[in-house]
Amino acid sequence: MELTRREFIKANAIAAAAGVAGMSIPGAQALAQAKADDGLRWDKGACRYCGTGCSVLVGVKDGRIVATQGDPDAPVNKGLNCIKGYFLAKIQYGQDRLTKPLLRMKDGKFDKNGEFQPISWDQAFDIMAEKVKQTLKDPNQGPQGVAMFGSGQWTVWEGYAAVKLMKAGFRSNSIDPNARHCMASAVAGFMRTFGIDEPMGCYDDAEHADAFVLWGSNMAEMHPILWTRITNRRLTADHVRIHVLSTFSHRSCEIADNELIFKPQSDLAILNYICNYIIQNNAVNKDFVAKHVGFFKGVTDIGYGLRPNHPLEQAAGNNGYPGPDGKPKGDPNAHSPITFEEFAQFVSEYTLDKAHEISGVPKDRLEKLAKTYADPKTKVTSYWTMGFNQHTRGTWVNNMIYNVHLLVGKISEPGNGPFSLTGQPSACGTAREVGTFSHRLPADMVVMNPKHREIAEKIWKLPAGTINPVPGYHAVLQSRMAKDGKIGFLWTSTTNNMQAGPNVNGEVYPGWRNPKCFTVVSDVYPTVSAMSADLILPAAMWMEKEGAYGNAERRTQFWRQQVKAPGEARSDLWQYLEFSKRFKVEDVWPADLIAKMPEYKGKTLYEILYLNGQVNKFPKEEAAKVNAHAWAGYTNDETEHFGFYVQKGLFEEYAGFGRGHAHDLALFDTYHKVRGLRWPVVDGKETLWRFREGYDPYVKKGEGVRFYGYPDGKAKIFALPYQPAAEMPDNEYDLWLCTGRVLEHWHTGSMTRRVPELYRAFPDAVVFMNPKDAEKRGLKRHDVVKVATRRGEIQLRVETKGRNKPPEGLIFIPFFDEMRLVNKLTLDATCPISKETDYKKCAAKVVKV
Amino acid sequence: MERDTKPKGSARRQFLADTARMVCGVGLLGLGLGLYARHATALPPAAIRPPGALPEKEFSAACIRCGMCVRDCPYDILHLAKPEEPMSTGTPYFVARQAPCEMCEDIPCVKACPTGALDHRLTDITKARMGLAVLIDHETCLNFLGLRCDICYRVCPVIDKAITLEPMANTRTGKHAMFIPTVHSEACTGCGKCEKACPTEIAAIKVLPIYIAKGHLSAHYRLGWVEKEKAGGSLVAPDLEHQYNLPEGMRYDYGGKGLQAEPGAPAAAPAAPGGEGGAVPPAPTFKAMQGDKL
Amino acid sequence: MSASSQRPGAEAVAAKGWLAAHKWLILRRASQLGILLLFLVGPWFGWWIVKGNLNSSYTLDFLPLTDPYLLLQALMSGQTPERLGLIGVTIVVLFYLLVGGRTYCSWVCPVNLVTDFAAWLRSRLGLKGSAHISRQTRYWILAMTLLVSAATGTIAWEMVNPVSMLHRGLIFGMGFAWAVILVVFLFDLFVMRHGWCGHLCPVGAFYSLIGKFGLLRVKLPARAACNDCMDCFAVCPEQQVIRPALKGIDGAPPVILEANCTNCGRCIDVCSKDVFRFGTRFGAAESTAVAKVSPVPK
Repeated sequence: MELTRREFIKANAIAAAAGVAGMSIPGAQALAQAKADDGLRWDKGACRYCGTGCSVLVGVKDGRIVATQGDPDAPVNKGLNCIKGYFLAKIQYGQDRLTKPLLRMKDGKFDKNGEFQPISWDQAFDIMAEKVKQTLKDPNQGPQGVAMFGSGQWTVWEGYAAVKLMKAGFRSNSIDPNARHCMASAVAGFMRTFGIDEPMGCYDDAEHADAFVLWGSNMAEMHPILWTRITNRRLTADHVRIHVLSTFSHRSCEIADNELIFKPQSDLAILNYICNYIIQNNAVNKDFVAKHVGFFKGVTDIGYGLRPNHPLEQAAGNNGYPGPDGKPKGDPNAHSPITFEEFAQFVSEYTLDKAHEISGVPKDRLEKLAKTYADPKTKVTSYWTMGFNQHTRGTWVNNMIYNVHLLVGKISEPGNGPFSLTGQPSACGTAREVGTFSHRLPADMVVMNPKHREIAEKIWKLPAGTINPVPGYHAVLQSRMAKDGKIGFLWTSTTNNMQAGPNVNGEVYPGWRNPKCFTVVSDVYPTVSAMSADLILPAAMWMEKEGAYGNAERRTQFWRQQVKAPGEARSDLWQYLEFSKRFKVEDVWPADLIAKMPEYKGKTLYEILYLNGQVNKFPKEEAAKVNAHAWAGYTNDETEHFGFYVQKGLFEEYAGFGRGHAHDLALFDTYHKVRGLRWPVVDGKETLWRFREGYDPYVKKGEGVRFYGYPDGKAKIFALPYQPAAEMPDNEYDLWLCTGRVLEHWHTGSMTRRVPELYRAFPDAVVFMNPKDAEKRGLKRHDVVKVATRRGEIQLRVETKGRNKPPEGLIFIPFFDEMRLVNKLTLDATCPISKETDYKKCAAKVVKV
Repeated sequence: MERDTKPKGSARRQFLADTARMVCGVGLLGLGLGLYARHATALPPAAIRPPGALPEKEFSAACIRCGMCVRDCPYDILHLAKPEEPMSTGTPYFVARQAPCEMCEDIPCVKACPTGALDHRLTDITKARMGLAVLIDHETCLNFLGLRCDICYRVCPVIDKAITLEPMANTRTGKHAMFIPTVHSEACTGCGKCEKACPTEIAAIKVLPIYIAKGHLSAHYRLGWVEKEKAGGSLVAPDLEHQYNLPEGMRYDYGGKGLQAEPGAPAAAPAAPGGEGGAVPPAPTFKAMQGDKL
Repeated sequence: MSASSQRPGAEAVAAKGWLAAHKWLILRRASQLGILLLFLVGPWFGWWIVKGNLNSSYTLDFLPLTDPYLLLQALMSGQTPERLGLIGVTIVVLFYLLVGGRTYCSWVCPVNLVTDFAAWLRSRLGLKGSAHISRQTRYWILAMTLLVSAATGTIAWEMVNPVSMLHRGLIFGMGFAWAVILVVFLFDLFVMRHGWCGHLCPVGAFYSLIGKFGLLRVKLPARAACNDCMDCFAVCPEQQVIRPALKGIDGAPPVILEANCTNCGRCIDVCSKDVFRFGTRFGAAESTAVAKVSPVPK
């Protein structure tokens, strides 16, 4: 304080002296101001990590982020951050930032088994273009053999540019985000129940609910700031209760009033029991159900998303895989209408006794939970994350929590609602809303729907039939197809699938290293994935580019580019646009397609996709104009390089998909002036609760509630049974293995493990184990053990104390540690509908080393 | 003795003088050594003794500086004090911020000690009291500021017992809770994991010697609620039933919530789920009343 | 000194050859360094033969050894050791009862290397002057340390003991212990000949008390052959111990019974007339038997 004041006075004195002398020192005024605040330029941004979407202010000095702060005026976090957010200033500055393209080479040429050597961007794009063209021509591979794997950490326009390049340019739908591993089941659940994606509620539910139920979510560690809001509600309102359901005791159980530790997979039975309880106790909101809900029975025999030759898939009748006759065996998503009575009959077998027997949860606790949902006076908000989503019945379990809320009508109003949380900063904003999935297009549209394709082709100014009607390879399938030689070019960015993908030993690694597959990784650090690639492209990260993220409550946040990327690192946006210049339309489209729009003849994909009069609509100068309120003369690297305000052009074209279709985004310029807005933004107004009159502009006066995702305005309740997991403990592999996260590290730790303080706080992954299980195996705390499954083994230390307390028969291992890759062990079984992997359940054994 | 060729009388005088000189010298040396020894037994606050260490004064008497505990520590966290370090030379210690005690279940350091300076009766490491963690700086502790760090809590091997998180409303934001890390001396072993892991530049939580860290209440004041719990009920005779002038539909709860709407009347807050809100406390046994009967 | 200005031992070298004239010195250095090495291979290579240091150690998880002087100070300060410590101290006391207490000084103690070097340099540089302190001083210091231990409740001498400081320093990390050792070295070099080990060190004093009746002794079976070359006096760190036995003063037998003889054997080496050899304290008749003793590391 003393110092600052003195410096301030000194600077003022210089300015005053200069004034007296009748000369002007350039920037003297600015100097005086700058000195007063450390010389830092502060600008708004969004936290780089989870889906909570805390806003931050970023302090830049001399072209470097030197400080950050929680944005005190942001409604989500009011100036707070978790410990990862506290270290945001350090994540861009790990010592091993990638700054040059690196290609595996031998004797000056690409060699799959060569050593990484620096090359130029030109050389990198040369070999990439060669491989793409080769793949397109290969009869075994073709357009879908050109694959891209991105993430919910892509900025909105990066995801959008990627979708365009892949689906319109290469006509490949084989683009998928790592969000497939994260919330595909939530998406499938929303689409199946409501016909429209993303939560109806918002974080303000936390201040209005009387009870919170956590289903497979450890919010205390994974959504730390949101958890403080729930805790605050519990703390300041006496009657509020928190129920936590999990397969092991964790930090969120600490303040739980009702802790329910259930046997893996038995959440299905518990949910049906709750429905049964509601029906048996006449707690059904009959009026609501009659007006707004339809009942359906889903097909059951849907398999486990394993390879078709797996016995479980051979036996499954509705997995959609080709049968002996070559036709698909049913459709896992199929469902047919039933009556309420039939539904009641269906769930009636899930009695308290049965639920207790399957789940192992004490009956009084189950009943307490069921009562909470049934009591008409208790407003309930349910939260879930990976416990539901990473589930071989992930779509079902999402449907089934909606069943509960819909039966009692506790939905779409303050404090009442099911709320699916996300784990990535833009899982909603980019992966879902932009539609970077292998079957999706922007604004909830899908490639299988001819109308949707038509809309997209029209907006993108493409000839009819450009977009491939067949879904591409999703995340898990990408690894399998690469292994089988069906993918010739795989480009990964902003994610680390060699660490985060399931069954790394069995599928991901053999896929990437298959000589028929050329693997490119764009990343900022030499992750496990980067080191497993053939070509590494150095990427710009976070504040080194202008960006937009969308958080779990539909809030879209923008930030300006604050600093330059190091060395030759470039943003993904730059990479996609530059790479598109390498293709003439004749290289990628068949002649008959080009013939439909002869004006495209001889043009590059860059010209067709990005110089289409829309993306390049806003000239370079626009950047300064749009951001003048915050920053005089602002521009960004892409705008300077391509000569137009790329981000604005892409965003405005993209927003065209959703505006007027219940996915309304505000104007690009608006987002640069606000700390995020929750869509649909209609007439400049945010939407807090969807589907309810008064809150949602799409619900007409007098309708009360309307689930307008379906034309009949009704949501679907599904009759779905309890079914066992794909792999269960047996005599040899006698433990459940569950994987997950810890507060200190974010996902694969590529950023947080480079922050010394965070590394120190949780240096190496350990296996959390029940003390009795340890004793049975003659293990002491901290002993090094081998954890093995049928797919691989890793060595790590035993932890019998500490934050996670698994019940007997279950172990938990976090996946942040690249030295202990727990995904060597996991099974690549997925929900057959959402294709999301179940990382929470497989059979493992632990032996002393 | 050196050879002596002087006459006997003067030799004796010389001998006596020599002896006196020597004794004085040695005495002075002893005085210095004694003072130094007293001084050196004051352990600097950052140095923590291994588990089972006797109270510092006894420890520096019992420890023979052999370093066997250092050798048997599987994590190499222990050091022997060097002469320039401000504690008894050659005695073992660790610095939590550098490398904390990993709390081995079999406590090899104690087993290695040949003198009992590390008390061999310590067989349960959770009973060790190497020091006491103190959240010493509330101004820089991130959780006190409302952030969600609580690393000290999660790294604690005796989590939920030695450190708990006490939620407190964050009045600044109005909608977030603060989780205040709170150390409980009855369970804290002083292992120093929290201090090591504290992510601020200088740790806000530190392990200190118990004599510095721990306060003590005087006997002239007792904590009413603690005494009541200890006694299993009120220490004095219970009141007669209190009655109040109240309008229709209201009741007044003497022991608990004060003014309340009767059940059935329009409730301010919905009934707590599971009916657990209205749990009736078990009937207490009153000591003083038993006295009345006599 | 021999008549010529030759260095002590020169005659012996001429008479017996260099090796024979340095036999015990070499063995002794081997013992000192070997013991140090046994302690060091643990931290250096992870071969844990001996753990701990001279204060207390554990060999091959079998043999405990504990310094009795240290334990006595601990006792004075009111502490009792654990079983292992008690076994260790018993073994050490019995051993030195057998081989003579101050054998520790010349065959085990690392400071001996320093003070021997100082003595050697002193003679090479021809430094003459030496302060005078009684050799009894060490016993007073010994008594004083026990008193201070009792009074302060500490192991007083361990605060400053250069012996354990050097040994611990070498094995666990030196810190500023080198400064203390340097002071000892400079003291011996410039201030006082054999000052530390011969006059002040209470550790040696303590071991001399243990070894007062030690079995292993230097005998002078051929003392008649002495040619008064004075080489033995020149090399002996505790010169006062030789004369009675060599000259038969007051009918002393031809065996060095003085407790402060460190059994270093240097007199045996430098004597060209083979007056000295190792033997037991008994059978003091002038014999030719030579006890072959290989020192046992502590």
